[in-house]
Amino acid sequence: MDSDASPTALLTISTADATTMVASSSWTSQNAKTLDRTIGELLARTGGQTALTLDMHDIDSFDTFGAWQLARLTKELKTRGQALTIIGLEKRYDVLFDAVREASARADSIASKPRNEFFGLAAIGEAVTGWGKGFLLLLDMAGAVCAAAFRALLKPSSFRLTSAINQLDRVAWQAIPIILLITFLIGAIIAQQGFFHFRKFGADDYVVDMVGILVLREIGVLIVAIMVAGRSGSSYTAELGSMKMREEIDALRTMGFDPVDVLILPRIVALVIGLPLLTFLGSMSALYGSELVAWLYGGMSPEIYIARLKEAISLTHFKVGIIKAPFMAFVIGIVACTEGLKVGGSAESLGLRTTSSVVTAIFLVIVLDGLFAIFFASIGM
Amino acid sequence: MAVSKNEPVLSVRDLVVAFRERNVLDHLSMDVRPGEILGLVGGSGSGKSVLLRTILGLLPKRSGTIEVFGEDLDRVDDETKRKLQRRWGVLFQNGALYSSLTVMQNVQFPMREFLRLPEHLLDEIAATKLAMVGLSRRDANKLPSELSGGMTKRVAMARALALDPEVVFLDEPTSGLDPISAGDFDTLIRTLQQTLGLTVFMITHDLNSLHTVCDRISVLADGKIVADGPISTMLASEHPWVKSYFRGQRGQLLERSRQQTPA
Repeated sequence: MDSDASPTALLTISTADATTMVASSSWTSQNAKTLDRTIGELLARTGGQTALTLDMHDIDSFDTFGAWQLARLTKELKTRGQALTIIGLEKRYDVLFDAVREASARADSIASKPRNEFFGLAAIGEAVTGWGKGFLLLLDMAGAVCAAAFRALLKPSSFRLTSAINQLDRVAWQAIPIILLITFLIGAIIAQQGFFHFRKFGADDYVVDMVGILVLREIGVLIVAIMVAGRSGSSYTAELGSMKMREEIDALRTMGFDPVDVLILPRIVALVIGLPLLTFLGSMSALYGSELVAWLYGGMSPEIYIARLKEAISLTHFKVGIIKAPFMAFVIGIVACTEGLKVGGSAESLGLRTTSSVVTAIFLVIVLDGLFAIFFASIGM
Repeated sequence: MAVSKNEPVLSVRDLVVAFRERNVLDHLSMDVRPGEILGLVGGSGSGKSVLLRTILGLLPKRSGTIEVFGEDLDRVDDETKRKLQRRWGVLFQNGALYSSLTVMQNVQFPMREFLRLPEHLLDEIAATKLAMVGLSRRDANKLPSELSGGMTKRVAMARALALDPEVVFLDEPTSGLDPISAGDFDTLIRTLQQTLGLTVFMITHDLNSLHTVCDRISVLADGKIVADGPISTMLASEHPWVKSYFRGQRGQLLERSRQQTPA
């Protein structure tokens, strides 16, 4: 470990004309760094002498690292036209030295080339085509899932209900506490901000309108979809990705199962059912949070809050929110499963794909929300 | 640093390893002597890998002592333990190569961490180590997922040898290889052992390896070493498992072919 700590000289020049060198101490991995420096200095210093002698009889241990340095010294002196005679190398080290010299010669004959060569423009081009390909893969997966869903509709017994229920338990039922908590807090925060600012111009009553419409139309579904993308989308990608790595998906294919039928459709169905339910619960929780704030902070009694809410919102607002939920769920599921199947052989790619799954899903959910906003505005909802 | 000639490199005494109530290893004792190739055999589930993992400190033991290079692994401090660990190399059954590092980086990893060598030196020495296990620089930039089974084992071997250990532990080095590659790998182990003066502890199922490379064979059954010695001892043993293993159909076939073509 402490290559610098060894005080003994590994190589000394013993004669005045610098033709004889004496090696000592351990020529091993422990001293690899010092040895490298010593030999580098020696090579820089010597020159002119045509014949050099290296006395190795004094060394007390010798391993591949030492052997490699010795081979290097011999080779570099030779290319300069200086001959090196090695004397006194113990017989038991001869085999090792020969093996290393031979191996290092073989290793040199093939030049290594960097794995990835990066050019700025090429990287941009690759990224663009990568996005294009990624989008096509998403469409491909969406198509495959629709086809699988259609097959399941024609032959309901082929649908994996148990698996779907199990997934529903994981993505919806087990997510309820965290979703309730987060949406409760968001509702409370929006209401508090509303009261704080609206009070200045005496518009306290309109806080209820703002919270009601915002939560039912946008925030409720958006927060829940983002939570689910982070929570369940990532776990879908990681699950499918590690199954891909361990060739489980290939095993399914060879047994004549379509992974889309067996693994992906139940997961996406669970999301499409689960997300609207969670959205409903989340919206209610947010309204409840804002009611509490209205009561405790805004001084508005629950009865008045409920009465204001009844006037402010209509079924349309609720519908606008909840209609978006299954579409967002579909997008999250498609992205998560596509990314999962893109996982390659390494642990790194699993991490990369999981990140990409969450980021893409959240991005697409927000884009989708924007498209819906335009759509609902144009049909007057 | 150097171990005296007679003292065992590894010495296991009265080792008990248990999962729940079941003793997988039951008062097992064994020695590995310097410079030998010891082959450990035993039926599937007999605890060979458990023994290896316990020696390496990956599994807890219930009682007994394990001494490596004359040091009791329970009594040494962390610093000494790290020093001891640098003196052994391990080849895991499936290679256990770091999947996000290239072949070259996998071999360089221990050297980079422990020796802090300059980059050019790391490259050169790693290339030499790869050449010693029969790989070329063309393979150096591949990722583990792009390697064949035999290449994975070779890279894992190069990584196990990265720090020039004195002992290497090999867990089924030839499993999953075709007989020709397995034979090549056996030769490789033999050659490396002779050139580097290694002590080798290997778990194997390969009768061929046992015949060709192992100096000594230990048989693990019922949580104990039931037979120990060169191949001739194995063939003479009366223990039922040893008998069926070495003198069963496959064993006899091999034995016959060996007698026809003496090495």
